[in-house]
Amino acid sequence: MRQLTVISGKGGTGKTTLVGSFAVLAENKVIADCDVDAPDLHLLLHPEILTKQEFKGVKIAVMDKTLCTECGTCEETCRFNAIASTEESGYAVNQARCEGCGACVFMCPQEALTLQERVSGYAFISKTKYGAMAHAQLNVAEEASGKLVTLVRENARQTAEKEGCELILIDGAPGIGCPVIASLGGVDLALIVTEPTQSGLHDLKRILSVVEHFSVKPSVCINKYDINEEVTGEIEAFCREKGTEIAGKILYDDTITKAMVAGVPVVAFESELKSTAAEEITLMWHRIERIIQQ
Amino acid sequence: MIISVASGKGGTGKTTVALNLALSLSNVQVQLLDCDVEEPNSHIFLNPVIEETKPAQTLVPKVNYELCDYCGKCAPACEYNALVVLPEKEVMVFPELCHGCGLCSLVCPQEAISEEPREIGVIKKGRSGDGKIDLVYGLLNIGEVKATPLIDQVKAELNPAKTVIIDVPPGTACPVIAAVQSTDYCILVTEPTPFGLYDLKLAVEVLRVLKIPFGIVVNKAGIGDRKVYEYCAKEGIPILLEIPHDKRIARYYSEGVPFVREMPEWEERFAGMMKSIKEYVG
Repeated sequence: MRQLTVISGKGGTGKTTLVGSFAVLAENKVIADCDVDAPDLHLLLHPEILTKQEFKGVKIAVMDKTLCTECGTCEETCRFNAIASTEESGYAVNQARCEGCGACVFMCPQEALTLQERVSGYAFISKTKYGAMAHAQLNVAEEASGKLVTLVRENARQTAEKEGCELILIDGAPGIGCPVIASLGGVDLALIVTEPTQSGLHDLKRILSVVEHFSVKPSVCINKYDINEEVTGEIEAFCREKGTEIAGKILYDDTITKAMVAGVPVVAFESELKSTAAEEITLMWHRIERIIQQ
Repeated sequence: MIISVASGKGGTGKTTVALNLALSLSNVQVQLLDCDVEEPNSHIFLNPVIEETKPAQTLVPKVNYELCDYCGKCAPACEYNALVVLPEKEVMVFPELCHGCGLCSLVCPQEAISEEPREIGVIKKGRSGDGKIDLVYGLLNIGEVKATPLIDQVKAELNPAKTVIIDVPPGTACPVIAAVQSTDYCILVTEPTPFGLYDLKLAVEVLRVLKIPFGIVVNKAGIGDRKVYEYCAKEGIPILLEIPHDKRIARYYSEGVPFVREMPEWEERFAGMMKSIKEYVG
């Protein structure tokens, strides 16, 4: 089984647009949306949910106010500033800041604190017009997005095994931290989507170091390459110097937004004008298929 | 006053809004905190003179083997599985899993566990080339998982005597919470597309949970559809400013130039937005 992760470092460069189109073009695959805190792929692929699974990622400290004597030990112990006292209601746990470590539970002389599991999101296995899809939604203001990414990938792997699929297509998160790293482990290729801006180039350099740090083979896509052809040239020169292959370049094309508004991957979008972006994405996909098989 | 600039979806223009707003406030002193420590970009536009670079650290356990009797109490206490005790042999520490809570050293009956700092990134402090804006940004080390402690340390540099603008990372999870918490007002930047709207709704939920007042900047106005506007009208969310989808603005962005520097007519609009936020916050 092969796995492709599409990431970018910088947000909004077009990861989901590409994965949506790859979902149409690739055969015999499972699709995984691993941008679990702001997932958008479902807006193009319209999954029909088959199973919904609770995700218990982190625990949280819960305070029994009937036992609390307001001694303040918990506040002193907590490294995450998750417990504070207010004049009206005394000590309370700030759920958004609590990391569920249990230090306050251990130190509380009154045993007024306990750690409790909570549901911090949901994972789904669905079917779409283009094949099976594993995805999730992290509840807002939660942590442990990396663990939820791991669960989505496990669901995708099991589904692929069951259905005899040879490829898992992964839509990653922006950034270089926890959910991104969780979406990179053990994949065959990381396609980095960038744009010809100074920010895009800066962020490409950082995400490429992350990909190399985890010994994953990188390839680059320059999206909207005609926005600034000089910077496109800088990105190409940088990739040449690093020995990183450029899988494709895509023109800025209004059709991409029109297809998004219609809720359709751009390669499956019927418009009166032929979309150059759709053609370039198709060509790039065939190149990626070859790279992945190597 | 502390203002955060956030968005659910990445690439909608947070940095554009934070920077151009900072550059449009001529009669106050501004400090810009770039809390997108995974991919900070503000410095690209400000060409700051960096005055100080310091390591950002978290604490990880260190075992004193002269005291450790391999009782094994530390490992099950750790909620993050960052410790494994091999009897009579070793206590393995996995620093990348450690949250630095200190519980292992609290539970150890032999007082064999102390804590030592581990570098997770750096904090850079400086001033924009023209000396007008104080910039602080964090840079997470490559391969590092948790951004939150570094974000907290960037925010510890906050200067309450100035007007503070915080550039927030994308998403809705813990790094966003760390960056927006304790700010007086949040500007949510979105684009008028289905992806923009979906992620905007998630970001709105976050701010409602945290009880932070907010308004919207619509960037790339003119692309997509009208649904972001319909949503804001229905929810009674103010639209503070619209920035059109404009080739010139995109071009300046691509070159690393804040567009108010080349299109000064926008200074007044950003300053006007600040004025209405100030009136709202009171």
